[in-house]
Amino acid sequence: MRDVAIIGVGCTEFGELWDKSFRELFVEAGVSAIEDANVQGGKIDALYVGNMSGGRFIEQEHLGALIADYSGLASLNVPSTRVEAACASGGLALRQGILAVASGYHDIVVAGGAEKMTDVGVETTTDALAAAADREWEGIMGATFPGLYAMIARLHMHKYGTTQEQLAAVAVKNHHNGTMNPKAQFQNEISIETVTNSLMVADPLRVFDCSPITDGASAVVIAPAEIAKKYCDTPVYVKASAQASGTISLHDRPDITTLDATVAAANWAYKMAKLKPKDISFAEVHDCFTIAEICAIEDLGFVKKGEGGPATESGMTALGGKVPINPSGGLKACGHPVGATGVKQAVEITLQLRGEAGKRQINGAKIGLTHNVGGSGGTAVVHIFGREK
Amino acid sequence: MSVPRFWRRLKNLYNLIGTHCEKCGRFFYPPRNMCPKCRRNGIVSPFKFKGSGVVVTYTIVHTSAKDYSKLTPYILAIIKLDEGPSLTSQVICDHSQICIGMRVRSAFRKLGEESDKGMIYYGTKFVPMEEKA
Ligand SMILES: [Zn+2]
Repeated sequence: MRDVAIIGVGCTEFGELWDKSFRELFVEAGVSAIEDANVQGGKIDALYVGNMSGGRFIEQEHLGALIADYSGLASLNVPSTRVEAACASGGLALRQGILAVASGYHDIVVAGGAEKMTDVGVETTTDALAAAADREWEGIMGATFPGLYAMIARLHMHKYGTTQEQLAAVAVKNHHNGTMNPKAQFQNEISIETVTNSLMVADPLRVFDCSPITDGASAVVIAPAEIAKKYCDTPVYVKASAQASGTISLHDRPDITTLDATVAAANWAYKMAKLKPKDISFAEVHDCFTIAEICAIEDLGFVKKGEGGPATESGMTALGGKVPINPSGGLKACGHPVGATGVKQAVEITLQLRGEAGKRQINGAKIGLTHNVGGSGGTAVVHIFGREK
Repeated sequence: MSVPRFWRRLKNLYNLIGTHCEKCGRFFYPPRNMCPKCRRNGIVSPFKFKGSGVVVTYTIVHTSAKDYSKLTPYILAIIKLDEGPSLTSQVICDHSQICIGMRVRSAFRKLGEESDKGMIYYGTKFVPMEEKA
């Protein structure tokens, strides 16, 4: 296996982009990534496209070919593959790209993700997202995606004394970080009261505990580490890429407040990178709901199980804290175009490690981690990146 | 959900019939045709659950998909059956009454409907143990 580096990144703005189509979004992100890497189109050996639900959101399948075509790469017959793992589709597309380069099968690969969620009404979106859970045994009983995470939150509060205010603190922090990210869907500050007074979606989760419905795309260019410096002065090295599965139904999980897939993927990633949780400078984690970030920092080993709420409240995960979590604003403030999110996390890590993150820059950041989850934990993808090999 | 897809599971949904692995003794609801522990060595056969259990966790859903919008707000819960497995269902009771650890038992109820003229789904929901179904 070869060492692998990210040599270019690109991202569209995230938001309700009614005047842009799926293909336009992907091409915009892809082009800015290859311009950033200073790579010519003819050099690209393969494309990986992360997407959750094109069939429902834009009634279009065969997205690999669509993207190859509209990127001008079909005339060169560049192989293009769509990758799906619900909200972890992007992280998985990134991983497929990394595996392809590491194996020696391909040299220059573009891995991206995109989702166009606002072309359909909110009820269709809710139903499409519910497909990330078990349709026949959760969906039919009236389980919604917020409903499943609400049941995680309820039990976390019961077992560990986690409070509404601690959940809200996640949203307040991520909105604050989002004010410094020009690509974020929400760039406004909110208060604890904004969250705790907002409309109830699934008790105890309110609207401001949930990530929004978003359009957006992101892409990275991956190359073998030994040639990375030919393209880029500051390549970001992939120190670990890990993926794990967990039960698709929440009710089958041994501990409903622990995402086993996250724990397994994180353990493998730490082992691969020869690192421990304390070595991680900062992380982009999957905060599709406020409770999800609290579970993530516990399952990734940054705090002990049950201590995610108090840790967030204390500022440990804020910019300038011991382990800044979601400096980009996370899914909560940036928005969550489901197929794009996992790649966008890697874009943020790359910008931070290169020192190009602007006002939200973390000083001296050396090691960054991404954590992308599909469904209520059926899939988890963890990557670790570093400034040095 | 399509009619055949729903119809296929009627016997399980209506009567709380899951499966049991005779090799390792584990019970499954929803039913599995392969034991995840014994895999191909397992001996899996149908099993009718008593229908009593305990609430592991719950939420009150205020915003739902269209098929369930007439029922909102409703209590969605994970229930651990006394025989071992856990399932997702709704609990019918006063919203101030629901709590973690509450004893419940199964009851045959309407689950939802596709539209005014569409299919109506029936299946198992849960009610507090003391009450009559
Ligand atoms: Zn067995």
